[in-house]
Amino acid sequence: MAARDSKQESLLKIEDLWVSVEGKDILKGVNLAINKGEVHAIMGRNGSGKSTLSYTLMGHPRYRINRGSIIFKGEEIGDLPPNDRAKMGLALAFQYPVAIPGVSVSNFLRASVKSVRGQEIPVKEFRQELKAQMALLEVKDEFLSRYINDGFSGGEKKRLEILQMTMLKPALAVLDETDSGLDIDALKVVSTGINTLATKETAVLLITHYQRILNYVKPDFVHVFQSGQIVKTGGSELSEELEERGYDWVTQELTPSGVA
Amino acid sequence: MAAELRQPHETTESIRSIASDYKYGFSDTEDYVFKSGRGLTEEIVRRISEMKNEPEWMLKFRLRALDVFRKKPMPTWGNCKLLGDIDFDNIFYYIKPSERGEKNWDEVPEGIKQTFDRLGIPEAERKFLAGVTAQYESEVVYHSIREDLEKQGVIFLDMDSGLREHGDIVREHFATVIPAADNKFSALNSAVWSGGSFIWVPPGVRVEIPLQAYFRINAENMGQFERTLIIAEPGSYVHYIEGCTAPTYSTDSLHSAVVELIAKKGAHIRYTTIQNWSKNVYNLVTKRAVAHEDAKVEWIDGNLGSKLTMKYPAIYLVGQRAHGEVLSVALSGSEQHQDAGAKIIHAAPNTTSTIVSKSITKDGGRASYRGLIKVYPGAKNSKSSVRCDALLLDEASRSDTYPTMVVDEKEVTIEHEATVSKVGEEQLFYLMSRGLTEAEAKAMIVNGFFEPFTKELPLEYAVELNRLIQLEMEGSVG
Repeated sequence: MAARDSKQESLLKIEDLWVSVEGKDILKGVNLAINKGEVHAIMGRNGSGKSTLSYTLMGHPRYRINRGSIIFKGEEIGDLPPNDRAKMGLALAFQYPVAIPGVSVSNFLRASVKSVRGQEIPVKEFRQELKAQMALLEVKDEFLSRYINDGFSGGEKKRLEILQMTMLKPALAVLDETDSGLDIDALKVVSTGINTLATKETAVLLITHYQRILNYVKPDFVHVFQSGQIVKTGGSELSEELEERGYDWVTQELTPSGVA
Repeated sequence: MAAELRQPHETTESIRSIASDYKYGFSDTEDYVFKSGRGLTEEIVRRISEMKNEPEWMLKFRLRALDVFRKKPMPTWGNCKLLGDIDFDNIFYYIKPSERGEKNWDEVPEGIKQTFDRLGIPEAERKFLAGVTAQYESEVVYHSIREDLEKQGVIFLDMDSGLREHGDIVREHFATVIPAADNKFSALNSAVWSGGSFIWVPPGVRVEIPLQAYFRINAENMGQFERTLIIAEPGSYVHYIEGCTAPTYSTDSLHSAVVELIAKKGAHIRYTTIQNWSKNVYNLVTKRAVAHEDAKVEWIDGNLGSKLTMKYPAIYLVGQRAHGEVLSVALSGSEQHQDAGAKIIHAAPNTTSTIVSKSITKDGGRASYRGLIKVYPGAKNSKSSVRCDALLLDEASRSDTYPTMVVDEKEVTIEHEATVSKVGEEQLFYLMSRGLTEAEAKAMIVNGFFEPFTKELPLEYAVELNRLIQLEMEGSVG
């Protein structure tokens, strides 16, 4: 099993999770526990099922849970719609955020923050908070009047995702390949955003293909994902080992049932 | 309109309770000065003209139009089934609600005043309009214009007063853009027209803030036939906004307007409509503009209500470098058919035009785009671009496009683009993952789809339109 062995109740506890998409099994018995404020990284090859895990956590309607449970803040959330999960403090930064033409970033952020926090925030206060986060992520003002992800570059999309995370302040932020497609400067900026996000109040689950981002964001735990399961768990040194020896090393070292 | 879309004193509770319904569906007790019998006769036409104390030429015009109306067959295109259901003998063609149109709200009859108060008209006037007319049934019951505009010579009257007070200008332009015989419904309007707006903007005068007309049908089986004529003299500018609502009855009413715009050399007319009739109103309207040299005409046309709308705002570009734009959106729900579009006629060189049509259908509703681009020989270097986007919210709804292009000149550039899309699962998931409910997410996507339209509206109207769409979406979910 994943996280630290502790008597305290985990923020997120995934047990023996089996998920299929259009009849095809993708997740095959995932176990993972994340405590408040921890930073976890899940590493794995493309196609290993990492993104399926993130979509399932957020409640995408096409991902079907066939077995197992997802307990978030002590509650089974497997049947809840995405908006209820968001209100409980779960958030997902998408790998491929979709465009919503005609809807400005500022209107969307406002509606979103209002929904998640469950109350209207005074405009002035909201602006101040937003401006501070935007400065951190080196996002220009004109961003706000643009339409959501419409005509955004890859880097802009990722910045917008992280900006949303920092505004929503979730208890758990799942970041799905937030580092992919970023040049080194953008990666540094986005990493700064992630490090600001990762506080005692916000745990982070960082899903990635590359070790690179872990030079900037230090995880408490690293998990190796393979064939729809977590097959190995370790500290941040594990990511370096992976970088050096490649994923094949894990395949050879370990039985598919993973580590206990 | 802002007015029709506005109801600030409603509690959230009651807004929700009528969300799936139409919130302007209330009706008043009838207390009229004159109400014609059902059906259309020559006597009614004569009576209307007589009550209005019209000049002889107008009576003759009406009678000729009546003759044309009787002879012309119903259109054989559009929604023939619904058109066939219209019972012309069951309609009240003329209802006069009060003795005269007032310039002071306090003098408007109490019941009617309350209705317009409820619709927010006086409030809108105070806040952001340069002038208002309010038509109730067949007659304008109130009209006003800001003093400074009046001093500059701008005329903004109901059509009847326009005819009475400015007979020469009216006679020179009336029915020159849309002859009575243009189509069956323009003939009907020409025979029994009453009310509507008459606007004349002197050369070089710019009316920077909008003038608004508000149309309200109250009686069941009412036929409302307003007639609007806007003349913008050379180098002038005017923005006119119209809105409309009606009570919800189990039987149908008919609204058949004729609107003529004349933009003279270098003039600019913008005409904005937010049509929100109740879902038992047939809305069969003829709208046409003539744009002379260097003139510009824009039709900003929003269709949300009615049972069947058939309306294709047209622009005749008759002078060099004239420019025409039609921006039209339609929202069509259960048992509604919005058959809307645009017609642009390029009849002079270097004329340009743009058509953007956006439709949303839901709950089995139907929307059609029907458009014509015609380029006459010699209209060299004309450019036209047409874009139609349709968004379907469910499988039961329907969207069609009927574009026609008749191009008789070689040196032209014509572009046409059409898209049909569905509200994407991925878009919904994205927005819902940020805490929005399914209804909120849908409303946001729909508002975004309409954004090219709403951003052209004065802020107050845009806000209310978005709110209205939100209500429609709440009604359609679950």
